[in-house]
Amino acid sequence: MSWLADLFKGRRAEPPTAANAKERLQIVLAHERIGRTREDFLPKLQMEIVAVVARYVAIDPGRVNVSLDRGGDMSTLAIEIDLPGPAASAPRRAAAS
Amino acid sequence: MVAAPPAGGAVQGVSMAEIIVVTSGKGGVGKTTSSAAIATGLAQRGKRTVVIDFDVGLRNLDLIMGVERRVVFDIVNVISGEARLNQALIRDKRVDTLSILPASQTRDKDALTKEGVGKIIEELSKDHDYIVCDSPAGIEKGALLALYFADQAIIVTNPEVSSVRDSDRILGVLQSKSKRAEDKREPVKEHLLVTRYDPARVEKGEMLKLEDIREILAIPLLGVIPESESVLKASNTGNPVIMDQESAAGQAYKDAVGRFLGDKIEHRFLEPTKKGLFSRLFGGRAA
Repeated sequence: MSWLADLFKGRRAEPPTAANAKERLQIVLAHERIGRTREDFLPKLQMEIVAVVARYVAIDPGRVNVSLDRGGDMSTLAIEIDLPGPAASAPRRAAAS
Repeated sequence: MVAAPPAGGAVQGVSMAEIIVVTSGKGGVGKTTSSAAIATGLAQRGKRTVVIDFDVGLRNLDLIMGVERRVVFDIVNVISGEARLNQALIRDKRVDTLSILPASQTRDKDALTKEGVGKIIEELSKDHDYIVCDSPAGIEKGALLALYFADQAIIVTNPEVSSVRDSDRILGVLQSKSKRAEDKREPVKEHLLVTRYDPARVEKGEMLKLEDIREILAIPLLGVIPESESVLKASNTGNPVIMDQESAAGQAYKDAVGRFLGDKIEHRFLEPTKKGLFSRLFGGRAA
C-alpha cells in the first residue's frame, strides 16, 4: 500500500521555499558587497590570532579549527585551538622563561 | 530615415551610438534571447541597430537571429584585419535597420582585444543609433570586453538564487571595470530584466517574487519576461521571439523596448493566468 502513502504524502503542502531564497540571498550579498570594496581580512586575522596563542602555548598548527557563520545581524568566527595538557607545556614554558 | 537623437546626451551634430550591454554573469538565463529580441525591437522602432556577439568560441546569436547560413566573416576577422567591418556585418532580411556582427566559432576569447573592439564600436557608432553587445557568461575577458564600452546595461536575471547573486556580482564589475568607471564619468545606466518568470510558481511561494528581486538588486526594472514555450519555438526557427506578437514573451519584450525608449508602459504578465475548468483539465500552458 505504499503507493497510497505516497499519494497522500505528495498531497501534503510542503512549506514554500521562496522566502528562504530571499533570506539567504540577502545575507550572502550583504557580505559579498563588503568584500568588493574591502580586502578579506579573515585569513590574516586567523593567522595572527594563532601566532599570538603560539607565543604562550606550544600548539600544533594542524589542530586549529576555524569556522565562520555569516549571519544577517551578526557573524560568528570561532577559532578552536587544541591546547596541550600541563605535562606537555610545563617544561617548555620553563625553558622559555 | 531620420534617426531620433539617442538617449544619454549625445553631442549635437555628431552621430554617436548608444552602447548597450546585455549581461548577467550566469549562463543560460536568456542573454542571447534577450539581445536578439531587444535589438530587433529597437530596429522595428526605426532605430539603426547592430547586435554584436561577444561569445567568441561559442557563437550562438547567429542561430537565434536565424542568420547562421550567412556568416562569412566574424568579429575576430575584423579585429585581425582579415576582413573589413562591412564585410562581416550581416544585414537582417526582416528588419532593414538591423544588422548582426557574429562571433568567431573557431578562435578563443584572447583573440578579442580592447583596442580592436574599441575600433569596431567607434566605426559602428558613426552610422548606428544603438549597439547591442551580447555578453558571454562569466566575468572573464569576453564578458569584460562586452561591458567595457557600455553606456547602458541590461542585467538579465532569473528568479533563482544563483542568477540573482551573479547579477549582483556583475553590477559590481560594471561599477568598477567599465570604461565609464575608469574615466570617472557618469556611471553605466543599469536596467533589470527578469526572464523566465513564472507567476503561478511565485503565487505558490516556490519562486522568488519580482518585488524580492527588485529589493535585493535595487536597480530600475525594465521588464519581466514570463516563462513561455514560445521562446523555444522562436529559437527553433531562428526568429527573435519579439517577432511573435501572439506570445506573452514577445509582447513583454516589445513592452521592455518601449520602456527603454521612454514610453510609459505598465508591467504585464505578473499574475498567473486564471484557468477555466476546461483548460485545467486539458492542459495548455502560457503561449
